[in-house]
Amino acid sequence: MTAHAHTIDAAHAADQGPHDVQESRAFGFWLYILSDLILFSALFATFVVQMRSFAGGPTGKDLFDLGYVAGETLLLLLSSATYGLAVLAMQADRRTQVLRWLGVTFILGLGFILMEIHEFHHLIAEGNGPNRSGFLSAYFTLVGTHGTHVTFGLIWMAVLMLQVSIKGLSEPVQGRLLRLSVFWHFLDIVWIGVFSVVYLLGVMQ
Amino acid sequence: MTQSHSIAGESHGSLRGYATGFVLSLILTAIPFSMVMSGSLSKSAAVSGIFIAAAIQVLVHLHYFLHMDRSSSQRWNLMTFVFTALVMAIFIGGSLWIMIDLHYRMMG
Amino acid sequence: MLGKLTLSAIPFDNPIIMGAVGISVLLALVVLGLITWYRKWGYLWSEWLTSVDHKRIGVMYIVLALIMLLRGFADAIMMRSQQMLAEGTSQGYLPPGHYDQIFSAHGTIMILFMAMPFLVGLWNVVVPQQIGARDVAYPFLNSASFWMTAMGAMLVMISLGVGEFSKAGWTGYPPLSELKFSPSTGVDYWIWAIQISGVGTLLTGINFMVTIVKMRAPGMTFMRMPVFVWTTLVTCVLIILSFPVLTVTLALLTLDRYLDMHFFTNAMGGNMMMYLNLFWIWGHPEVYIVILPAFGVFSEVVPTYSGKPLFGYKTMVYATAAIGLLSFSVWLHHFFTMGSNADVNSFFGITTMIIAVPTGVKIFNWLFTMYRGRVQLTAPIYWTLGFFSTFVIGGMTGVLHAVPAADFVLHNSLFLVGHFHNMLIGGVLFGFLAGYMHWFPKAFGFTLNEKWGKRAFWAWLVGFYMAFIPLYVLGFMGMPRRMEHYTDPAWQPWLFIAAVGALIILMGIVFLAVQLTVSIRDRHANLDLTGDPWNGRTLEWATASPPAVYNFPVTPIVDGLDAFWEMKRKGTAYRRPEQYQDIHMPRNTPAGFVLGVLAFVFGFAVIWHIWWLVVASALGMLITVADRSFNDDIEYVIPAAEVERTEDERRRRMEQAAQQPAAAGATPQPVQV
Repeated sequence: MTAHAHTIDAAHAADQGPHDVQESRAFGFWLYILSDLILFSALFATFVVQMRSFAGGPTGKDLFDLGYVAGETLLLLLSSATYGLAVLAMQADRRTQVLRWLGVTFILGLGFILMEIHEFHHLIAEGNGPNRSGFLSAYFTLVGTHGTHVTFGLIWMAVLMLQVSIKGLSEPVQGRLLRLSVFWHFLDIVWIGVFSVVYLLGVMQ
Repeated sequence: MTQSHSIAGESHGSLRGYATGFVLSLILTAIPFSMVMSGSLSKSAAVSGIFIAAAIQVLVHLHYFLHMDRSSSQRWNLMTFVFTALVMAIFIGGSLWIMIDLHYRMMG
Repeated sequence: MLGKLTLSAIPFDNPIIMGAVGISVLLALVVLGLITWYRKWGYLWSEWLTSVDHKRIGVMYIVLALIMLLRGFADAIMMRSQQMLAEGTSQGYLPPGHYDQIFSAHGTIMILFMAMPFLVGLWNVVVPQQIGARDVAYPFLNSASFWMTAMGAMLVMISLGVGEFSKAGWTGYPPLSELKFSPSTGVDYWIWAIQISGVGTLLTGINFMVTIVKMRAPGMTFMRMPVFVWTTLVTCVLIILSFPVLTVTLALLTLDRYLDMHFFTNAMGGNMMMYLNLFWIWGHPEVYIVILPAFGVFSEVVPTYSGKPLFGYKTMVYATAAIGLLSFSVWLHHFFTMGSNADVNSFFGITTMIIAVPTGVKIFNWLFTMYRGRVQLTAPIYWTLGFFSTFVIGGMTGVLHAVPAADFVLHNSLFLVGHFHNMLIGGVLFGFLAGYMHWFPKAFGFTLNEKWGKRAFWAWLVGFYMAFIPLYVLGFMGMPRRMEHYTDPAWQPWLFIAAVGALIILMGIVFLAVQLTVSIRDRHANLDLTGDPWNGRTLEWATASPPAVYNFPVTPIVDGLDAFWEMKRKGTAYRRPEQYQDIHMPRNTPAGFVLGVLAFVFGFAVIWHIWWLVVASALGMLITVADRSFNDDIEYVIPAAEVERTEDERRRRMEQAAQQPAAAGATPQPVQV
């Protein structure tokens, strides 16, 4: 923190300097993330309530391929690590490295999404879409909401990569990269819940 | 490598931190997956194992990737997160208590 | 091309609805015509619609709330008159389908489009000034939040003339709200109006929490914040933690309706009871979201007009926090009769009784503040006194409901309706109207007419009791809620009394309109030249009325509770600084308005299945947000010389005020309590 925020120079105190603005934004974004956790809680609660509502249709055991899910999990976890490397590069003010690691993260995240789309497509094609049963409605919605968040994260990542190329690592751009990092890591945290509750529990009937 | 700091004055980790977090997470993912895929444990043991591994991995992510700790700069993040976790537990736990009870009583 | 939308969506065959549409359209045309006649479009656009100034946004929110109060009240008058008439062979004038839309719209509007905007409006006008700040943490999001809310309200309004509104109540329970039993667009209008405004509300919750936590003036520790700021903070926590659940609940219903999923369907593995569980996990915190700001208002009004500091500041803060925490533990009391066993019902019954305790603490603190104070009987104090009796009675009927066995008899009867209106009108609305009259001069620079404010109060108070006490009686007599026709003649006299009560409330609303008109007409005689018309205690009274865009030329330094009172006492309140500084302020932007309009188009398109428009408007919103993110030129500088000029001009006005004799009919003489 610079000295400027702590002086008795009252004229500037609530007139937020760029430093304080980034701190406020980080906190505000954190609060948004917490609200998103509540959103996922409601989806998780719904899933658990309906996880045996098969309506005579297929169960998790019938449908889930844990090896495939392990692959998705690995991609997402790796992408969290590579985003971390992007942030380290940002702090070392190495613009090209930032773009490289963001690019790798993007590809890993995109791989995750493509695997998930493939999985959904397969289920739907077999007649096991979200309208088959309460269980499948809850499954598609919980996993799909997570996937939608990842997709928005990818869009945001692409926009930020553009901003880094055009504007460089300015203070606002750095702030945005940090907020996306929080978002991205939380997506991996939610995924821990998803693979545990949906897939691992789902397969053990 | 020393802890690096960012524009908002918060600590943002090191190569070692991210690497440790990554490796721990890998292990904490492999354990429940292998427990279930091998089919060797009883159901209740497997369920416990899944939840414990998940809980620990979440903490690993929070500390190594999101840099949560008990330092003063993280105080607000920690407090708000803990309160949120409490409310999440109330919502999910409460919902399950209510809905399972209703299921038994009302077949609904 | 236009999805399901055709000309037959307009209910030409229903004279009542066409009449209402006609009146609404006429009023809108009059307003638009006046703006055009006086050539105010440029002014409106640059000073209000694109404003990111919290003071302007706050006023717009309250304007929205007052307009929606009229619409929601029109629904109420229709219900009261229908129920008064429709006994036995008489069918009244409203068929069931229409009546169902009316009570659904009434509840949705009053809670989500009247109470919520009203409280957010008060926050916007007051909170940044009370903490000594220049703006909120996210001025642009503030604008976007307002427009989301306004557009949600627009969707409800447009449902009157294009299609129809939901018939499933403001709560939208399945299976009635599912596609099978509500195939028309009604439930979809309801869903999207709430979802869109819900985004605005969530963003507001985040905005004000960050503002309060991060932007208080130096020296203003948490325990030196005004209680209104505390109630705002706790309410924001409730919003952040509860609104996402509403978003999920309505989204799941949407998926059932649009994609044939089975969350709440009767068959195929759906669970209708889970809807109620999820809905009320949001719904209960929601009622605390609307009442806590009203409590905050009373905590400002009572000390100000008693000339005494608030009694029991610390317990007030703890009580507020306790209410916030406990509000997450009571939600099942909204469905005691759904079939849970005794353990579950008792648990939630007990938590419901416990939550009444901190509110009791607050009431005692306000009473003790007034005790031995020199209480000025102003209009805000009238609303407060009305609140004390009315809200406490309502609270007691709530504790009665909290007993599950009693609730089995009273659930969904008119007794329940009496209870919650007691809380919402006697607590929420009286509180907001007190706040409106208390802070009006701060926002506009002149005071409201006291006489008409008090007349409005009496009409509301008498009207409220006449309209709702009969409902308690009717509840005990066994009359359920939401009935458009009944066959027990014993009920009719009570419904007649209730209808008369509604007419008296109508007078109250008319008096509020008269108050505003008269006050505007007489504004030059009632100018607030000092910025401190009530000899206030908190920092918002230190600024000019209306304040400069930057609120404070120099950020105040706070060293205790009731910061402004202390400054006046020590003589430091209006000290001229040695030097003024440049002030950075956020630029106005059309982006918030554009986002709102696109959200409206998105909602309308989804409702009517106009898929290409759904995609286009969604893309438009994404582009607007991304474009905003690329914009680095979002601030402007007010040079120190201009600040100096503005402040010198203010000083002149204050000196002018000091030279004037006290205006006749101003604040009344204090009463020794």
